[in-house]
Amino acid sequence: MLRRQPMPELDPRERIHTFDEVALGYNEEQAIEEAKRCLQCPRPTCVQGCPVGIDIPSFILCIREGRFEDAVKVIKKKNHLPAICGRVCPVEEQCENSCILNKRGEPIAIGNLERFASDCERRSGSRVIERAEPTGKRVAVVGSGPAGLTAAADLAKFGHEVTIFEALHVPGGVLMYGIPEFRLPKKIVEEEIDYVKKLGVNIKTDVLVGRTITVDELLQEFDAVFIGTGAGPPQFLGIPGENLAMVFSANEFLTRVNLMKAYDFPDYDTPIRIGKRVAVIGAGNVAFDSARSALRLGAEEVSIVYRRTEKEMPARLEEIKRAKEEGVEFKLLTLPVRLLGDEKGCVKAMECVRMELGPPDSSGRRSPAPIKGSNFVFDVDTVIVAIGRTPNPLVPSTTSGLKVSGKGTIVVDDAARTSRIGVFAGGDIVTGEATVIKAMGAGRKAASAIHSYVMREKNWPSF
Amino acid sequence: MYEIVEKKVLAPEIKLYKVNAPLVARKARPGQFVILRVGERGERIPLTIVDFDRGKGTITIIFQEVGKTTKQLGLLGQGDCILNLVGPLGIPLEERFFGTVACAGGGVGTAEVYPLARALKNAGNFVISIIGARSKELLVLEHEMRGVSDELYITTDDGSKGIRGFVTEPLRAMLDGGRKIDLVIAVGPVPMMKAVSDLTREKGIKTLVSLNPLMLDGMGMCGVCRVTVGGRTRFTCVEGPMFDGHEVDFDELKARLQTYFEQERLSLQKFHGLVK
Repeated sequence: MLRRQPMPELDPRERIHTFDEVALGYNEEQAIEEAKRCLQCPRPTCVQGCPVGIDIPSFILCIREGRFEDAVKVIKKKNHLPAICGRVCPVEEQCENSCILNKRGEPIAIGNLERFASDCERRSGSRVIERAEPTGKRVAVVGSGPAGLTAAADLAKFGHEVTIFEALHVPGGVLMYGIPEFRLPKKIVEEEIDYVKKLGVNIKTDVLVGRTITVDELLQEFDAVFIGTGAGPPQFLGIPGENLAMVFSANEFLTRVNLMKAYDFPDYDTPIRIGKRVAVIGAGNVAFDSARSALRLGAEEVSIVYRRTEKEMPARLEEIKRAKEEGVEFKLLTLPVRLLGDEKGCVKAMECVRMELGPPDSSGRRSPAPIKGSNFVFDVDTVIVAIGRTPNPLVPSTTSGLKVSGKGTIVVDDAARTSRIGVFAGGDIVTGEATVIKAMGAGRKAASAIHSYVMREKNWPSF
Repeated sequence: MYEIVEKKVLAPEIKLYKVNAPLVARKARPGQFVILRVGERGERIPLTIVDFDRGKGTITIIFQEVGKTTKQLGLLGQGDCILNLVGPLGIPLEERFFGTVACAGGGVGTAEVYPLARALKNAGNFVISIIGARSKELLVLEHEMRGVSDELYITTDDGSKGIRGFVTEPLRAMLDGGRKIDLVIAVGPVPMMKAVSDLTREKGIKTLVSLNPLMLDGMGMCGVCRVTVGGRTRFTCVEGPMFDGHEVDFDELKARLQTYFEQERLSLQKFHGLVK
C-alpha cells in the first residue's frame, strides 16, 4: 500500500518566530500521488463522514487526472469555503475517519487534497461565479461566521437577495478573530468571503443585532431571518484571582492577536502583552491556538494546564503534535484552584491541585477528581483561560417569542426552524461550541429550509 | 464610514464631534456608548454617546486626547470619516423619578454625566450637578449642565474657577449639612468615582458609577472589561457600564486599566514621531 503523502511544513525552530502558515500545502506532484491512493469506492464511506456530503471520490479523481479546476467545481457544489475547511476541519474525526483505508493503514489525506484544489483555484485567479435568476425574496443573515456565510452563499445561489449583518468591523466570525494566521491565513479567509460577496451577498458590518437593530425589526423588511450568532461570552473558572491583570480569556487574547493584529504592534494600534511564563488553561483547539500564539509573541515557557490526560484532549491531533514540536509543555491531571497576584495586581503564580481519573461515568468518560492535599504552586506571569464559551444571549434576549434551551442555545426543529415564524437558526448558537464544518452544515441545511419557506411553504411547526 | 458633520474644540485637547450614524442615533439612550475604530490599522475604543438627534441621524461624542487613538481622532475635521462605529452598546440608564439626584462629573466625565443628568431632569428629578476639572480651561459643558440642573457647582483642583478641590468637596458639604439626596451618579477617573462612592457609602445613599475599563469588542465576547461587583464578575460592556458604586472593586479596576500602560506610551511616542 502506498504511503500517505506527508504535508510539507515550516521547520518548528523557524516557525515559532513567525505567524506564517505552518502547513505549506501539496505541490501538484504530491497531490496527484496522494490522489492515486484513493480506491474510488463505489459506495464511498468518506462522503458520509463529511458533514456537508462533498463528493470526495469525484474531486479526488479530478486531481488524479490533473483537472484541478474541475475538482473545485465538484467541491463547491457542497462547500463554498473549501480553502478554509481543507485547513481547519477535524478530518480525523470526519471524512478521513470514515475512509476505508483507515482500517488497515493511513486514510487518504482528504483535507490536504481539498485545500490543494481550492488553493489552485485561488492562485489561478479564475473563479466561476454563477448568479441565479432573482426571486425577489429578501433574507437577512445575522452573523458572518461559517454558518452565516454558508447560508448566505446558498441563499444567493437560489436567487434570493441576501444581507448579512455583522457586529464586528470585518466579516468572518471565528475565522477572523479566533483561528490564528499560522493555521488559517486571514488573506485566504478574506478571499473566500470575497467570493461570497461576488455571489451577490451584501455584508453590513458594525451592526449588532439585538442592539443596533432587532430581529423583530428585520422581519418587517425581510421575508426570513437566519440567526448564526455563534458562541458568545467566554467561561471563566470562577476561582479567586481570575480578574488579576495579565489574566486573559482566550477570546480576548486571540481577538487581539488575530483580528486586531496586535502581533504587529505598534504598526497596528492594538497592544498585547505576553510574559515569560504562560499558562493556558484548557486543551481544546482554542487552548492550543492560544499557547502557540503566546510562543510566537516571545513567551519563554508555555504550558497547557489540563485536568484530564493527553488522551482526552479535545484538540485536533495534528495541532497537539505541532504544539509539542514547537515546545509547548503539558501539565496534565492538573486543576487550577487559585491565582496569586503581586503588589501591582498582576498575576504571579498559580495554585493547582493534582487530579486522578475516576471510573467511567454514564457517558463512558472518566471524570477527574482532585487528590486531597496535593496542592502545589508554580510561577506564571500570564494566564490564558480557554475552557469554552457559552451561547451568545443577545439575540435570544431581545427577540420576542424565541424559544431557548436551559443552556441558552436556540431551539430549532430538523429544518432549522425556531419558535418564531420566519426565523431560522444554526451553528454554535444552536449546538453550543462545535466545529467550523458543522456550522457550515447547519447553514446549508437552513438555507434550503429557508428557500422552501420563502418560495411556497408557509406552514410552521408549533413549539 | 461615519462622517463627522460638526467639530467643536471644547477645551485644549477635548473635542466634540457630531457623527452621522443613523442606525445608532435611532436606538441610542442615555448611558449607552459606541465602539469606534479610526482607521485601517486602528484599535477599537469605547466612547459615550453624549447626545443624539434621531431626526438628523447623528450622535455626539466628546473625547479627551490622552493617547495615540484619541490624538489621531482629534486630527480629523468636519467632512472626514471614522472608519467603524458600532452601537448603541451597554444598558441604558433607568429614566425614572428618584427625587433629588446629585450628578458628579470629573474631567471629560462631565460629558458623560450630561446625558444622564438631562434624562433625570426630564424624568422630573431635582438635579444637583457638580462638575470638576483640573483647572478652568479644562472645564467642559458648563452651559449645557446648567441648562439641565436645578443647582450647579463647579470645582477645580487649582481653584482657578469655582470651589478649590475635587467634586467630592461640595457633595460632602451637602451631605454633612443634612441635605436629603436620593441618588448620586458619578462619572470620571477611577479615584474620583471611588472617592464619591466612599463618601456616600457612609450615608447609605444609592450611588451609580459609569465604569471605564479596557474594552475590545464591546459585545460581551472577550471579558477584558470584567469587573468585580458585589463579589461577582460582571462584563461592563453588556451588564454595565453603570454599576452600584458601593459594590465595585475599584482597586482591581485600576490595576486592570494599567495592563498596557507601557505599550500605550510607546504607541503615542511613535505617533508623535510620525506627526512631526
